[in-house]
Amino acid sequence: MKPFIYTRPADGAEALSLAARSNQTRFLGGGTNLVDLMRQNVETPAEVLDVTRLRADIEQSASGGLIVGAAVRNTTLAVHPYVRQRFPVLSRALLSGASAQIRNMATVGGNIMQRTRCAYFYDVAGARCNKRNPGGGCDAIGGFTRYHAILGASEHCVATHPSDMCVALAALDATVHIVGPDGERRVPITEFHVLPGDHPEVETVLRPAELITAVEISPSAMAARSEYRKVRDRSSYAFALVSVAGAIEIAQGRIADVRIALGGVAAKPWRAARAEALLRGKEVSQKQFLDAAESELAAARPLEGNRFKIELAKRTIAAVLSDLAGGAA
Amino acid sequence: MAIGINGTDYAAPVDPRVSLLDFLREQAGLTGTKLGCNQGACGACTVLIDDERVLSCLTLAVQADGRKVRTIEGLSDAHGNLHPLQVAFIKHDGFQCGYCTPGQICSAVAMAEEVRRGDPSHVTANLAAGPQGPTRSEIAERMSGNLCRCGAHNGIISAIEELLEGGRA
Amino acid sequence: MSKLQNALVSGVRAVLSQVPAGWLPGGTPDPLIDKRVSLGTQQTRVDGPLKVRGAARFAAEIPMSGLHYAAFVHSTIARGQIAEIDTAVAESAPGVCLVMTYRNAPKLAVVPPIGLSNLKAAGNNILPVMQDAQVRWNGQVVAVVVAQTQDQADHAATLVKVRYDPDPARTDFEAGKAHAHTPDSILIEKNRLLKGNASKALAEAEAACRVDAVYRTPWHNHNFIEPSAATIVWEGERLIIHDATQMLSATAASLAKVFGIKEQQVHVKSPYVGGGFGGKALWDHQILAAAAAKLAARPVRIVLSRAGVTRLIGGRTQTEQRVALAADAKGKLKALLHHGYSVKPKHSVCDEQYGLTGRSLYACDSLDIVQHHVDLDVVANTFMRGPGEAPGTFAIECAVDELAHQLAIDPIELRRRNAPECDPATGAPHSQSAMMLAYDQGAERFGWKRRSPVPRSRRKGEWLVGMGCATGTFPYVRMPGMSVRITLDARGFAHVASAAHEMGMGTATVQRQHAADRLGLPLDKVSVEIGDSSLPFGSFAGGSSQTASLGAAISAASSSLVGELLRIAGNDTPLAGIRASEVEYFAEGLRSRADPRRHETFASILKRARRDDVSATGASGAPLEMLKFAMHSTSAIFCELRVSEVTGEVRVDRLVGAFDCGRILNPQTATSQFKGGMIMGLGMALTEETLLDERNGRIMSTSLAEYHVPVHLDVPELEVLWTDIPDPRAPLGARGIGEIGITGVAAAVANAVFNATGKRIRQLPLTLDKILAP
Repeated sequence: MKPFIYTRPADGAEALSLAARSNQTRFLGGGTNLVDLMRQNVETPAEVLDVTRLRADIEQSASGGLIVGAAVRNTTLAVHPYVRQRFPVLSRALLSGASAQIRNMATVGGNIMQRTRCAYFYDVAGARCNKRNPGGGCDAIGGFTRYHAILGASEHCVATHPSDMCVALAALDATVHIVGPDGERRVPITEFHVLPGDHPEVETVLRPAELITAVEISPSAMAARSEYRKVRDRSSYAFALVSVAGAIEIAQGRIADVRIALGGVAAKPWRAARAEALLRGKEVSQKQFLDAAESELAAARPLEGNRFKIELAKRTIAAVLSDLAGGAA
Repeated sequence: MAIGINGTDYAAPVDPRVSLLDFLREQAGLTGTKLGCNQGACGACTVLIDDERVLSCLTLAVQADGRKVRTIEGLSDAHGNLHPLQVAFIKHDGFQCGYCTPGQICSAVAMAEEVRRGDPSHVTANLAAGPQGPTRSEIAERMSGNLCRCGAHNGIISAIEELLEGGRA
Repeated sequence: MSKLQNALVSGVRAVLSQVPAGWLPGGTPDPLIDKRVSLGTQQTRVDGPLKVRGAARFAAEIPMSGLHYAAFVHSTIARGQIAEIDTAVAESAPGVCLVMTYRNAPKLAVVPPIGLSNLKAAGNNILPVMQDAQVRWNGQVVAVVVAQTQDQADHAATLVKVRYDPDPARTDFEAGKAHAHTPDSILIEKNRLLKGNASKALAEAEAACRVDAVYRTPWHNHNFIEPSAATIVWEGERLIIHDATQMLSATAASLAKVFGIKEQQVHVKSPYVGGGFGGKALWDHQILAAAAAKLAARPVRIVLSRAGVTRLIGGRTQTEQRVALAADAKGKLKALLHHGYSVKPKHSVCDEQYGLTGRSLYACDSLDIVQHHVDLDVVANTFMRGPGEAPGTFAIECAVDELAHQLAIDPIELRRRNAPECDPATGAPHSQSAMMLAYDQGAERFGWKRRSPVPRSRRKGEWLVGMGCATGTFPYVRMPGMSVRITLDARGFAHVASAAHEMGMGTATVQRQHAADRLGLPLDKVSVEIGDSSLPFGSFAGGSSQTASLGAAISAASSSLVGELLRIAGNDTPLAGIRASEVEYFAEGLRSRADPRRHETFASILKRARRDDVSATGASGAPLEMLKFAMHSTSAIFCELRVSEVTGEVRVDRLVGAFDCGRILNPQTATSQFKGGMIMGLGMALTEETLLDERNGRIMSTSLAEYHVPVHLDVPELEVLWTDIPDPRAPLGARGIGEIGITGVAAAVANAVFNATGKRIRQLPLTLDKILAP
């Protein structure tokens, strides 16, 4: 690890002013991603700002939603009674991630900011990577791509975003609260992460010295009927090959509204907007679910090592929706 | 500020790079906590910080400043008697080489508290209600962050089951 | 090995077949087969309290004053030269006292290779270590940094700048097959085995009676939880290494050769090893760290990162095995063909002997077996739990299951019809074999009757349920030379000492039970000391041989001890005038066989002799019983699992193992050994795969997050049972059990997947993409 200065800002204002001094600073949450990246020399900040003692509260908003401080630990959010009752997809997603120890350490802000686990991204000495070294090349393409993207990738980068929580937040239309040198702003989680395009080194819309302060989840009756299914190579403590966050509202045997977000398929949580649009108003049936999934995955561009994800995603989408529909499909 | 380890205060290291794990093993002389991967992928380095189980390899020692750390060495009582879970591990052969063992035990001690609190897990059927009694499957899921290569899994779960049934931890 | 070797071994076998069994070691069954007090009882581990407290010290935990820390720089090309290596920045980094490269490394001899002809050789990767600018595999160490703290060393390592002149590298297995080498021997057996005319039998068999398929297994890594590590200090020309090793004595002797010093000048201590599985032996890291310690004149600790372990410690090679079976309509085997390819670079010492698996399993009129080695520019492959039998049983036992299905014969019944009466390859008599009893007992416990032979006939919601079985097997091995010293002290307590090893099998616990029964002592008057090369010679803990080897050594030492005791007993002993052969151990002393009233305790003998202690040493002799008899353990593995029709995920609900391994010495440690192997077998079946990028020979699965070993939730409650039938030719009637647990499991799982889904998958791991594939 490169030597660095460790600072614990007393409050958000101090965090911002310290971050604004240089672009070699990083905010440190639980460290479950950043410390690992630093030890592997992927990240080499000169200064690390520990923000774990900043906003760590969960408030219920007046409208019945939640405002979750960025320093709230994953476990705290996952076991919160309100989350379990009203936004089960979020609790399920969090509980399926990593391990209990990591969930106890990791913050909500850190979970959003975590970086890909692509093995080539991590192999600083031995692999080319356009994130680490823009223009340097991508060794994942043509290599082991089991965990890589089938949607939204580019010829420069095929990495995926590994978070489970973000997939659930995407399905819930959550909003990220940000504060920075230019003041406060809010960005929908679905727009927070960006696809690689020609600049895979740019992963989020966060500007220099900006800090995530909270995540807001709007109230939603539909969210109470939601689920997260994570498909992986072993039964626990593994990243998703494909995951699905789903929510559904059924009225008179028809789909009044639906939310579908996919994990493990792209550099950001993938809102299956096309599938959602196709499903609204349709009768509840396995065929509808599969057709909608098919349509969403039509844009998939698989690699040799992850071709299976297309079929897997379709089936998992259909299974989640079917389950949510009470097995009525 | 100081790092409290098993009731004794230690000054945080000057070099912020030092992980809590390395601090324990190399500077505090407490080698009971094990280095398995140094990457957060095996759980061998599990310790308790303010009674929560965490990975000491991904915790910078400076982050533990002002907090209370308990390691495997701190689990015995004041007279050096084994913690009931340690006794159960011996009885059920919950270890072979012994390297993952301190991590398993520290993890399980905190896990028992999580279950007692009613925190759900990935396998909990009724999320809102919480776990219905710690089944082997609940225990196994909650312990999945602690790898064992020797294959002592069955013994570990049995030892933890005994602890949870005994209601002591 | 060589044609000469083949000839020699055949010659010995031929001679032995003429020698009466009773003349051989193990000729008279060990009395402790039946006469057991502590043996066979459940004893908790003697090191249990230490291990649960975290107080057992492993190799990287030995405090040492002035300790420095090492970090490695690994090559990023597979083949070529170091054109330029710039260490100036690294050398001036904070805390750094040395950067060692081929330019300033001390002269080091090449490590002697592990081999059956030299039990003092521990080398796995037979190449000069840092003696030239050559790069021979992707991951080879090109620089060693030594600094005051690990963080300083790790950081300085990133400051070393290397430029390479790469050469074309052979990293493609498929391409490498075309140039494969066919060795004369595999271990001590002839590689090419032809019995009868297998090709003819295969050609003549009807389609339904024939199976001919290719089975593939990937590279695997041991991934013990304790990373390879050592704490090293030189005291003048004496080298002291606190190591994590399965080969204490051989490591000491080999390091002596490498550094050009005497064996007695090297002291290897390794009381606790955090998992070995074949991968904790002598590799480049100990040699490099010792060289750096010498050059820096400071004690050095090396702890390999996970990536470092992956790049330096070989793993199990991949295999591609063709198995062809021909049978008559009743399932009687007419031919077994087993041809295969695996990787063995020229600098490797491991044959991965899967070609030996089929030689003992089933009676068969004809055999056609051969292995080919592919030489690639990769890290040397090495021994990993069940070398040979682990991948070999996958291929053969899947093929047998395919045959059973085609013939509509129950898989267990098919094996029963082909259970061998003697060794199918050599005709040698079995020492003891009860494979079908294991099957029957296992089937009963498992509930095999509930299985439907029709695939896809059982469902639970979205899950297809299936059951499968397979045979596991592992040869009995006893190593010559394993030595033990037994010392009786004035209180009559026995101390057993040997440079034997503890990686989790409970060596001291079990041998304490053995020594207690051998010497007629209660358990609490026996102690066992192992883990130190200054103790009597220890053959390696591998090949499941340690228990039998120690067993023979303790037996030999206790026989010698009788002589010593009688010698010092004097004329006033009740045992005066009695010969050693007419005396036996009893009630904490010796007594006459003919007249049991003539007895004296050890304490009494020593007291009269005015001695503080008396010792005797004994060694495991030449294991001739292995050459005269076919000595194998077998097992029957049963698996019940579910496969999701939605995702293809596989979840194992039950795994039962019934073992025919001779006598069980300690049910608790034995159960753990069996289960440990079986769980590793689950990993092999479902999730484990080393990702070797053939474009540049670089391993990309360098962490435990990428290489998936089973987690708690993956592991059901395993059931283990055993026949407990003694092997009359093995010490204590016991054959080794450390490795057999992994064998047969992958096939049992694959066969269960077939039973569940109707899909035959012949490539490990059985991941969901293979199940979903059309």
